[in-house]
Amino acid sequence: MVKEYEANKPIYWQIAEEIFKKIIRGEIHPGDKLPSVREMAIQSGVNPNTVQRTYSEMERMGIVETKRGQGTFIVERDEIRHELSKRMEKEIVDEFIRNMSELGFTKEDMIQSLQNYLKEGGEQ
Amino acid sequence: MTIQLNRVSKKYGFDFSLKDVTLEFQKGKIYGLLGPNGSGKSTTLKLISGLIFPTSGSVKVYGQPVTRKTSSIVSYLTELDMFYDSFTVKQMISFYESQFPDFNMEKAKHLLKDMNLLENSSIKKLSKGNRARLKLVLALSRDAKVLLLDEPFSGLDPLVRDSIVKSLLSYIDFEDQTVIIATHEIDELEPLLDEVMAIYQGSIIGHENVEKLREEQGLSVLHWFKTLVLDQEIRNRS
Repeated sequence: MVKEYEANKPIYWQIAEEIFKKIIRGEIHPGDKLPSVREMAIQSGVNPNTVQRTYSEMERMGIVETKRGQGTFIVERDEIRHELSKRMEKEIVDEFIRNMSELGFTKEDMIQSLQNYLKEGGEQ
Repeated sequence: MTIQLNRVSKKYGFDFSLKDVTLEFQKGKIYGLLGPNGSGKSTTLKLISGLIFPTSGSVKVYGQPVTRKTSSIVSYLTELDMFYDSFTVKQMISFYESQFPDFNMEKAKHLLKDMNLLENSSIKKLSKGNRARLKLVLALSRDAKVLLLDEPFSGLDPLVRDSIVKSLLSYIDFEDQTVIIATHEIDELEPLLDEVMAIYQGSIIGHENVEKLREEQGLSVLHWFKTLVLDQEIRNRS
């Protein structure tokens, strides 16, 4: 099935995040080749111009490199996985804290609520 | 600019189908022409393909005013069913090949395979989904500069829609083709589109880049379009 995309985030960025997750989970590794723009477009059901933007943005961030005539590769730096996982961790925690603060929870409330939730073996 | 509509109006009797529409399309992009039923989407596509002519204003494709001959560089998928029931799939394809010099038989064969259509099936016995697939095979098999698709999804189940999206992405020539898709089914098509134009009661009420809309306004195309139409309806009432 063609993937559904969230309404309020650019699609090129949602595709980048999918690739980050694959790197973090160890499904793709430094040095691996990414699908061509067209292949990726077909797999994800999006316009190739969008995928081109995903690849350019990741290149600007130093996560991939384009080798002329060969395609786009994850850069060969082992730290990349760690950096990405830190980055995504920060984003998720930031969002959690922002949402909780908006509702008026204090820092102590947040820690308490997380501890309770994890102790009860909440959603995996 | 590959396609230009300059202050185009089209009247049927006393009724305006399009009112003072100015639009431009560039090659290498996929455009969505969005509007409710009867808003003027099909009229716009027919004007570009040279099936009808404007009451006033001009329509140009590659700098030339549109004539009946424009159909030689424009591939047009109509929303209507246009098959001869007594033909087989193969005969329908040969007929198309005989009509259009830019028909690419190799591409047609690939597409038939991708769409799981058999050459010897009779048109009469095709399901609705397979008829829609065959229409798309015919439209995409031409190496035409301009590809116009009128409601390619209408009445089709999600699986057929998916296979149509994939074929579009596989066979559109993004270097050289301009693609315009007219639809009121916005959700599924959104990830495919570069730009969207909203048309309402014969007038263009909005034109945006899809990713900019998300980035700068945090809006999906569907949301943007609904807001525009609602504003317009409120304005009409007051």
